[in-house]
Amino acid sequence: MALAKRIIPCLDVDHGRVVKGVNFVDIRDAGDPVEVARRYNEQGADELTFLDITASSDDRDTMVHVVEQVAGEVFIPLTVGGGVRRLDDIRTLLNAGADKVSINTAAIHNPDFVKAAADRFGNQCIVVAIDAKSVAPNRWEIFTHGGRRPTGIDALAWAEQMTAFGAGEILLTSMDRDGTRNGFDLALTRTISEAVSVPVIASGGVGELDHLAAGILHGKADAVLAASIFHFGEYTIAQAKQCLADHGIEVRW
Amino acid sequence: MATIAVIDYGMGNLHSVARALNHVAPRAQVTVTQDPQVILGADRVVFPGQGAMRDCMSELQRHDLIDVISTAARTRPFLGLCLGPQALLTHSEENGGVAGLNILPGRSLWFGHHLRSAALANQHLKIPHMGWNRVHQTRPHPLWTSIAQDSRFYFVHSYYLLPDEPTLTAGLTDYGFEFTSVMAKDNVFAVQFHPEKSAAAGLQLLANFSCWHP
Repeated sequence: MALAKRIIPCLDVDHGRVVKGVNFVDIRDAGDPVEVARRYNEQGADELTFLDITASSDDRDTMVHVVEQVAGEVFIPLTVGGGVRRLDDIRTLLNAGADKVSINTAAIHNPDFVKAAADRFGNQCIVVAIDAKSVAPNRWEIFTHGGRRPTGIDALAWAEQMTAFGAGEILLTSMDRDGTRNGFDLALTRTISEAVSVPVIASGGVGELDHLAAGILHGKADAVLAASIFHFGEYTIAQAKQCLADHGIEVRW
Repeated sequence: MATIAVIDYGMGNLHSVARALNHVAPRAQVTVTQDPQVILGADRVVFPGQGAMRDCMSELQRHDLIDVISTAARTRPFLGLCLGPQALLTHSEENGGVAGLNILPGRSLWFGHHLRSAALANQHLKIPHMGWNRVHQTRPHPLWTSIAQDSRFYFVHSYYLLPDEPTLTAGLTDYGFEFTSVMAKDNVFAVQFHPEKSAAAGLQLLANFSCWHP
């Protein structure tokens, strides 16, 4: 099998600036998404994910400009999420240069939105982001508002439904692990990844490189997403790939 | 000035393709167009596409592009991308079966038949085939210039190419089994992957296309 497992750095963008700190030794402006994207690309990132955390929806145009600028000089797949609620939002982001858009809350409010989006733009560009939290042994539910608000929706059933509705990929975040640096929720990741036919990106909890390998080997993830271990300059993408390769995982050099 | 037409028939995001071509061929005039005159007036033609085959063929018909594409594929450097190569074949089994442009003899088939077979089911290979996979160059070609053997390119697809004649194959990729990921014949070169999203190797391929004289 020659398909490489993917490493995806995630950039949180607020009002057009990367937040949560990005630290590269020779970067001029750590808040500039274009410069950060360029640097991750040079390090060998397989894709980039941008999460627009801008609170006000009237500032969405800023993200569109960021995507346009990045797409003009970084020629790897770009996923953009955050506040994607209407088909027009998707069209605008794809035209700006995004390859995939990530839908989260809007799918929960209206699951048919995912169907409509996949029908209109193709499954390949529709990522459904699932924020899941453990509610019982081997049972997880979907939470919104940064993991604070329960929805009562079972995560496994939801992942299956979203795949049936046309999601081309699942971005799965453990809200129990997010920010803890204790590693992915491997049971959650494995449960979802083995249940659905589409690729699953593991997210939430990476604190060291071995966590990435565990997400693939034990969580059965097709790709791994991380933010802080790359942003703070602790590790480069190349180091992460070396770690995966040392575990016998196929990577792209 | 050299002109490159990127055929726009409402199937997918063609701006990325145009952006990458502008990047590698800054002196060429790259036009995203559905105008038959512009397409047949261009020095080179790129035929991209995303989405489902039935929509692809009906959009080509609606835009009166069937004959235009056949003519372009006979007469000038012609590059098919992603869904484009599948449309060039005789038939696709997507959407219950759709006739293609029949410019190259062959079919496109769903990955599921192989990947869910007994031999491969335990590997739980995902569909779509998404991510960076190797392309083994099966023969020399000008578009392989300066691209290392077995370089990785970015793929996203659920159907694969099965040309009738093995001589059409110019690249092979392994996803549980080996499939044709690149076809080439005369002035036509068609790749299943997305060169516009395949970093240095993809840009090199587009650069090679922009100065290819078959």
